[in-house]
Amino acid sequence: MLVLEHISKGFDGHRVLSDVSVSVPTGATHALIGSSGSGKTTLLRITLRLIDLDQGMVKIDDRPLSTFGPEAWADQIGYVPQDGGLFPHLTGQQNVALVPKLRRWKAQAIQARLAQLQTLVALESSVLQRYPHQMSGGQKQRVAIMRAAMMDPPVMLLDEPMAALDPLIRSTLQQELKAIFQRLGKTVLIVTHDLGEAVFLAEQITLLHEGKVVQSGTFRELLLRPADAFVTAFINAQRTLPDPEGPR
Amino acid sequence: MKTHAGLGLLLAAFLVPGTAAADDIVVGSKIFTESYVLAELAAQTLEASSTPVPVVRKLGMGSTGILFESLNSGAIDVYPDYTGTLAEAILKTPQLKSVAQIRAALLKMGIAISEPLGFNNTYSLAVKEDFANAHGLVKISDLGRLRATIRCGFSYEFMDRQDGYSGLAGRYRLGIDSAHVNRMEHSLTYQAIDQHAVDVIDVYSTDAKIKKFRLRVLEDDLHYFPSYQAVWVARTAFVDRYPAQWRALRQWEGRIDQDRMQDLNAQVDIDKRNVTEVAAGIRGTTADAPTAAAQIGRRTLEHLWLVGVSLAFSIFVGIPLGILAARHRRTGQVILTLSAITQTVPSLALLCFLIPVFGVGAKPAVAALCLYSLLPVVLNTFTGIRGIDPRHLENAKAFGLTPRQILLSVILPLASPALLTGIRTATIVSIGTATLAALVGAGGYGVPIVSGLSLNDVPTILTGAIPAAIMAWVAHISFNLLGKIVIPAGLQAS
Repeated sequence: MLVLEHISKGFDGHRVLSDVSVSVPTGATHALIGSSGSGKTTLLRITLRLIDLDQGMVKIDDRPLSTFGPEAWADQIGYVPQDGGLFPHLTGQQNVALVPKLRRWKAQAIQARLAQLQTLVALESSVLQRYPHQMSGGQKQRVAIMRAAMMDPPVMLLDEPMAALDPLIRSTLQQELKAIFQRLGKTVLIVTHDLGEAVFLAEQITLLHEGKVVQSGTFRELLLRPADAFVTAFINAQRTLPDPEGPR
Repeated sequence: MKTHAGLGLLLAAFLVPGTAAADDIVVGSKIFTESYVLAELAAQTLEASSTPVPVVRKLGMGSTGILFESLNSGAIDVYPDYTGTLAEAILKTPQLKSVAQIRAALLKMGIAISEPLGFNNTYSLAVKEDFANAHGLVKISDLGRLRATIRCGFSYEFMDRQDGYSGLAGRYRLGIDSAHVNRMEHSLTYQAIDQHAVDVIDVYSTDAKIKKFRLRVLEDDLHYFPSYQAVWVARTAFVDRYPAQWRALRQWEGRIDQDRMQDLNAQVDIDKRNVTEVAAGIRGTTADAPTAAAQIGRRTLEHLWLVGVSLAFSIFVGIPLGILAARHRRTGQVILTLSAITQTVPSLALLCFLIPVFGVGAKPAVAALCLYSLLPVVLNTFTGIRGIDPRHLENAKAFGLTPRQILLSVILPLASPALLTGIRTATIVSIGTATLAALVGAGGYGVPIVSGLSLNDVPTILTGAIPAAIMAWVAHISFNLLGKIVIPAGLQAS
């Protein structure tokens, strides 16, 4: 279970986050949605411990972030950066094996975990021998998910997972991603500006606006019982809307 | 990382210095024909003396300042110089005229000089032989008779020096029409007088071209020009330690007159004979010049040593400085500015600044090369690291990599193309700049280039210039191959 509790953060006197709370139960997928400037990226960076928070607490399974060392915390959260964020100088396999290697895993253990995850994300092994610039967008995402899952973290954090993909691949990968999350059984937090993506992948959505939580709930709740006019405006601004009675 | 092997190499490079062993006698010379010939004569004389001591030749080291500094520091033991030069440039008291006065003053500094070798290499005026005969010219005072018509071609230096034309004209009351006094480049004055474009030029009295162009040197009958008597210069400690060797050198006192020296210079400058042979000729023996292959081999090692040490320095100091500069904005600006300023100092000036600190020989040369190779490495490391997409660095941090792991596994591999470019530039610049090391007696390919330039001997220049060019080319190719190994394949293909 991932809990972000009453988080506030300011830069140079300017409040970016005010009392933001998000709670993701174990095994659930949650979407943190908002337009640019909403504070969602700051929240993501706080969760990854890239910046400090002013007030509040980040907890995984009731353990506060501050009680973990940096490495141990990183191993609690599998991070999938935007566009995959693979290191260009490493092959797919080297990218995936980078952290376990630095943690001095045995080569055998790395190979075994690689094989396991490869099946899970349905990736041909030849792709892992390629460099990022030789991979398609979808392949990069799968490799990045393998990398994030390598240390078997309880929580996965994805930043705009579909943003850079073209619509066809997007819809295929979206379905697969959902299946992958189910197979992995992780607590997943997706940070996105895309409502369609959020609705498709996540059971619960938290809408962030100007550093505050506007509303948290299912898409249905947001649509039928909007907390304020902004929620409706945000939903209407998205061009393609899924059926409110449930995802396709 | 192969840091330890690299450090070992660096240490080894410093522990194998290019200087001579303590028991050798080191002979130095300045960068002009006469100095080479006299120094070679000294070297051969020492080698032939009754109790032979190994002799090391450091010819073409530079100008008076460098030679004298080398002598003081013990980097060389003996070299030829001129009384007027010693009085002006070293003692800074040009009013000292006699050899005895100069010797007494030098003795206080622990320096000994021999009696004059027999010729006076001073400024003088010269006219064509036929012109001299036609007008009965023997002495400078004879020129007064031709004041209305005579045309002069004088070098810029002669026109500008305190002891040059203006003083001369005053002393001799020449009264030559100033419209007939042309300032020109010294090397062109010989052509001008040969083609009868001018009638009188300034010369050095032992210049080889005096014979070639059939000139008559006019006698300085009023003793206007200072005396530049050639003498051997040595430390008194050397004279005390090697009395037999010093006696052997002094056998040449009074034995080389002006005509003889002109002829010796002409053998080298005009007949293109080897300095070794010409010096042997003075001694009435023959000597074989060292084979070109052996010399090139030795100079290659010297050159590689100079380049290798500075390269090791630029890698082990430049890369950390570049990393530091990329991390801390303020420190970075200071580092980049300082290394850029170093780069703008002309190499000769830099060598001059470094001589008081490091003396002469390999040390100042290596120090200069180190400073020059620093900027390309620092700058490329800096721009290489700054050019890395910051998201990669943030991602690495999010994956829990320590700063050290980020540096080794992410920053350096991603910056490696730029790093290698910096090291490649530093190497090729070093190979070129190291030729100047010869000016401070550090050896290398610069030795034949400097001596060839001063002897106007193109083949000799080429024995230094061609290997240097080949070395630069080999370095270029090697770095291409190295790039294929060092730079991660993922960064090469795109």
